[in-house]
Amino acid sequence: MGRPGAGLPLPRLTVRDTAAEAIAGIVQRPGRAGLTMLGTVLGVGAFVAVLGLTATGAGQISRQFSVLEDTTVTVADNGPANDVAPPGTNPRIGFPADADVIADHIKGVVAAGVWWPVALPEGTNFSASLALSGEASQTVNLLAVSPGAVKAMVPAMVAGSPLSTYENDTAQHVAMIDTSTASALGISPARLPSHPAVFVNGIAYTVVGIYSSAQRVVSGGSAMLIPEDTALADYGNPQPGIGTQEEAQMVIATKTGAAEAVSREIAAAELPTDPHRLVVTPPPNPLKLQGEVNGDLAGLFLILALISLLIGAVGIANTTLVAVLERTGEIGVRRAVGARPRHIAGQFLAESTALGTLGGLIGTCIGVGIVVIFAAAQNWTVVLNPVYTLPAPLIGTVVGLLAGAYPALRAARTSPLAALRHA
Amino acid sequence: MTAPVIELRGLARTYPGPPPVPALRPADLVIGAGDYVAVTGPSGSGKSTLLHLLGLLDSPTAGSYLLDGLDTSKLPDRDRSALRGRRIGIVFQAFHLLAYRTALENVLLAELYNHTPRSTRLQAAAGALGAVGLGHRLDALPTTLSGGGCQRVAIARALVNQPSLLLCDEPTGNLDSRNAASLMELLDQLNSGGLTIVIITHDAAVAAHAGRTVTISDGILSERIRAGHG
Repeated sequence: MGRPGAGLPLPRLTVRDTAAEAIAGIVQRPGRAGLTMLGTVLGVGAFVAVLGLTATGAGQISRQFSVLEDTTVTVADNGPANDVAPPGTNPRIGFPADADVIADHIKGVVAAGVWWPVALPEGTNFSASLALSGEASQTVNLLAVSPGAVKAMVPAMVAGSPLSTYENDTAQHVAMIDTSTASALGISPARLPSHPAVFVNGIAYTVVGIYSSAQRVVSGGSAMLIPEDTALADYGNPQPGIGTQEEAQMVIATKTGAAEAVSREIAAAELPTDPHRLVVTPPPNPLKLQGEVNGDLAGLFLILALISLLIGAVGIANTTLVAVLERTGEIGVRRAVGARPRHIAGQFLAESTALGTLGGLIGTCIGVGIVVIFAAAQNWTVVLNPVYTLPAPLIGTVVGLLAGAYPALRAARTSPLAALRHA
Repeated sequence: MTAPVIELRGLARTYPGPPPVPALRPADLVIGAGDYVAVTGPSGSGKSTLLHLLGLLDSPTAGSYLLDGLDTSKLPDRDRSALRGRRIGIVFQAFHLLAYRTALENVLLAELYNHTPRSTRLQAAAGALGAVGLGHRLDALPTTLSGGGCQRVAIARALVNQPSLLLCDEPTGNLDSRNAASLMELLDQLNSGGLTIVIITHDAAVAAHAGRTVTISDGILSERIRAGHG
């Protein structure tokens, strides 16, 4: 052997034998092992469940967060820094005349255009062509829209056609109305070829199209749309400034995933001299959204999971220490048959680590089970990040390893004689 | 006399106080291979101290202990562990069997720390249990065995690594007379097979089985040479 000592091969405990001894130690007292593991089971289970439920919930929010919202950017005109308009009038709108075209040049823009709600005096009277209905009068939202805005709105046409660029550029007195306004005014889609008109305070607008709904701007209600230039000619500039509810806005339909990039570029593109006049609102980030929703709660649960793990560690440490004291006689016998202190330490450390790992495995299974059952009950798709889920049992391993360190050290330090006397 | 298995030169053990207790005063003793030695003495006389020193479970405070010619008092713990595992088998009065392990597993425990493959170990353990007459109770738990059965398992465990020295601490202390007689018969057999045995007992009938009797009184070791022993 080349050693000055006994010349005998040193006692050795293989990893396999260590594992077998650890498992035997656990299996011998299944009830105690179960209780010892409980803290780790709860901790790891809570960890996996919290992360799984958070991810599953986030997946659900992402799903509900429609593609439409994800592809809509709005830009509002906050008005010029110094109001340069003569008294009683409003400044020119912040968007250039060719705003639609400029926006179209930005990568990712599907359609874009300017619109604003036309401010009408109190008691404004809406009525249809006298030929159609004598006294029908309604209060209707009147919106000024550029051709690009009409496109971005994606109206579902029932009859006729959307407002065209030509009609806008020549400030035609034409209008698009929705079906409910049409029926209230007594204009049926079938009568469109006869060019019915809507009178707003005596100004006639020929109805060129009837739409049933639109994806943007007027998605919630009903509105009569007239060309932007026509509105400027008839009613002047809208009142600028966020919060007036009358400011000119730009609605931009983007390709999926392009909204962020478009949001960054649009203001400078539209108004290079004063981009800050335009207030850009990108779509909410779905991940950020879910983060805001779940962040606090998940954090709380993770803290609870950590506390459980800590309790689990203390539980394992305590039980292992008790086991060391209780099995002092066994330690003595093992030492008497040749075990070295490191073998004794290794055995108890392996036992606590195996307990922790087993607890981690069971906890992970329970955590995954909770997520699956919860998701199934909600009819949601289970989202489990393998990066967190697969190594989760290792948390138990680490807990077991740390918890077993002190008892194992104590066991190793027990002198064989003291151990045998104690037994 | 054959080559000594054990050679004690002024071996002494004093437990630190206060006040210090000289449990074993400087003692000289030579035990040859195949010797069968009984150590007798009243309670507290230092018998167990001697056994623990011989079993390398404790270290002397003075003197030296040569096992198979090797001075153990200068060895580090790892080598003392190796010697305990390979050269010494110890049988305790209280058996010290693991209650949750079968007879076979209890014997296997003694082989756990040496370098043999599991199949060899199993074979040796079963063989050792067979040699003590328990070949048919390999899977019995200690709780289902009689005191005599448990002591036989303990002897099988002590012998499985084929030690050169078997130390027995009051091996019949927890046994009834019938089991005790049967156990002593077994030890006699083992000794006649060449095994060196040191047995600690306060029972004169047990000591009578041994060829030599060493007495300890107040930590002083003395040997009475029996006439006609050969």
